[in-house]
Amino acid sequence: MNSILAQFSSRRENLLAITVVAILVVVLVRAPEFLGPQNINNLLANWGFLAILAIGQLTVLLTGGIDLSQASVLAFTGMFLAILSGISPELPAILFVFLGLLMGAALGLVNGAAVAWIGIPPIIATLGTMTIIRGLVYVLSGGAWISSHEMSNRFKSLAAGDLLGLPNVFWMACICVLFVWLLLQFTTNGRNIYAFGSNQDAARNVGISRHQVQLMVFAISGAVAGLCGYLWTARFAIAYTQAAEGKEFAIIAACVIGGVSIAGGRGTAAGVVLGAMLIAVLETSLPFLRISPFAQLAVIGAVILIAVAVNARSERRPGRRILATRESPAASPGSE
Amino acid sequence: MTRVAGIAIGRWEIALCIFLAGVIILNSSLSPYFLDIYNLIDSTFSFSEKALIALPMALLIIAREIDVSVASIVALSAVLMGVAADAGANTFTLVILGLLVGSAAGALNGTIVSVLGVHSIVVTIGTMSLYRGIAVLIAGDDAFTGFPKAFQWFGRHYLGGILPFEFLLYVIATVIFGVILHMTTFGRRVYALGLNPEASVYSGITRSRMRLALFTLTGMMCGLAAILLSSRLGSVRLNIATGWELQIITMVVLGGISIAGGTGTIVGVTLAVFLIGLLTFGLSLVNIPGIVMNIYVGLMLIGAIAVPRLYGIIESRLAAKAAER
Repeated sequence: MNSILAQFSSRRENLLAITVVAILVVVLVRAPEFLGPQNINNLLANWGFLAILAIGQLTVLLTGGIDLSQASVLAFTGMFLAILSGISPELPAILFVFLGLLMGAALGLVNGAAVAWIGIPPIIATLGTMTIIRGLVYVLSGGAWISSHEMSNRFKSLAAGDLLGLPNVFWMACICVLFVWLLLQFTTNGRNIYAFGSNQDAARNVGISRHQVQLMVFAISGAVAGLCGYLWTARFAIAYTQAAEGKEFAIIAACVIGGVSIAGGRGTAAGVVLGAMLIAVLETSLPFLRISPFAQLAVIGAVILIAVAVNARSERRPGRRILATRESPAASPGSE
Repeated sequence: MTRVAGIAIGRWEIALCIFLAGVIILNSSLSPYFLDIYNLIDSTFSFSEKALIALPMALLIIAREIDVSVASIVALSAVLMGVAADAGANTFTLVILGLLVGSAAGALNGTIVSVLGVHSIVVTIGTMSLYRGIAVLIAGDDAFTGFPKAFQWFGRHYLGGILPFEFLLYVIATVIFGVILHMTTFGRRVYALGLNPEASVYSGITRSRMRLALFTLTGMMCGLAAILLSSRLGSVRLNIATGWELQIITMVVLGGISIAGGTGTIVGVTLAVFLIGLLTFGLSLVNIPGIVMNIYVGLMLIGAIAVPRLYGIIESRLAAKAAER
């Protein structure tokens, strides 16, 4: 029995799942009203937003990259689609979903091209596009807010609606997670992402195209951010220049809590789902525990550090890796 | 690379000089008020505090580390100084407190990175939330405005009626950091860690001690920036210095510090600071809003790295074609 328990808890995802359940139990014992339908709805929607963004971020992190531009892409597509819905109210909601995905993927491909073709380090390329795209939101809107009455009802209905009593955002997140899980688990492209992230030189030697892998992951990361842009803007019925500003690091935190290695090659969709769940549960449960809303950020910071400490063993890079990454062209950027 | 006065000056620094000249010419043709000496001096207020943090950040990135919690350290120091000021602390106590809080937060970053042995970006994403979170928890909805009159000297005083104390401090700090990085053993060790961490450990550099020193130094400079910022604003709220971390990293990277470690100079960072400072100042004179300026800064960041790389790619393709013939 003990060995089964040890084996079960040795897997990071299981440990994380136990933690989430433990927090939920504590919250429910102290505040049964947590289970109210409105609150569960909010919890699942919060999880949905974070999970959609984080699952895209996962694919980039697996290649050893990082995408800091997701929150800006979210704000830009959200603003664009909100304005569009105001201009032509007859457009069906599903069209916005596809437009969001498409615009996001296009913006993601810009990142991908900068990284894959020009060879700019991902953190720099996406830091640049993050500020540029955020500025473009302002240019697009002229700094104005687009509020509820300026959006069409069809635009708002899908993202604010429910299916089988659960928010549509939650179902969208499930589809995104399923898609990425299938991609990583059962396709050659998914294998290539892991292979490329663990050892770029070896991946090149076996014929994996660096360009293809990097373009693909940034396109995915952008596409889900674009989708989130529609869902976010439509659910909260507001579009503004600073939408989701500062979310960049919360997304990466969800991945890190889920055991994704920032050095690439390690991480699973299940881990990210649970990492996002832990953050979403903390965010929604603190008010029920009568903990000041001002304490939320500090608690999340502490949780991130604890998760990092627990995951430290797998994150720790052996000496050889450093040698490998320096030789590869993608990881030795800079300025001679 | 050519060497001037013992400091390596690369192609990057020369390119930045050309950029800088271009920005000055463009701005002075856009607005007649640009080359006004009083305007120029006042424009330094918009970047002095951030630039102070960019200096130790440059050292960190050269040594293959990074600290994304800097803005949160500024917020934590500023809020704690605000609490102390409301409780009646004098100026001297406030300054010491600001520096101590910053240094302690930085030292904690360095310690966690060394103890856990994980990449510093992961650790500092955590402490970024933690430090800002503690600041938010303490500050709540309040604004701290109880700073003594004498404390306001740091952020608002002009030496000789013309030179802002803030800017003078930044100039002095730049010289000190330039000397540390380019002329001391410590500086050589910073480069060594960035170029080849394994070899530098074998040659007797204690990585954890270097980390502790660099992160503590960064924290201390954040404390210093917090003193200047809260002194200048005269009021501290929970959202103070939000978004600074990425602006500071932009300054450093545009300055030619390679994100992979091991290369870059303080001269480059200084040029990048003035490039961004003068560009944003010039654009503000022709009434371009701050967020739109960021588009230009972002384009400059990507362009500055992309152009030489594209040039290199085209050059090697042409060479390959010539070889085929």
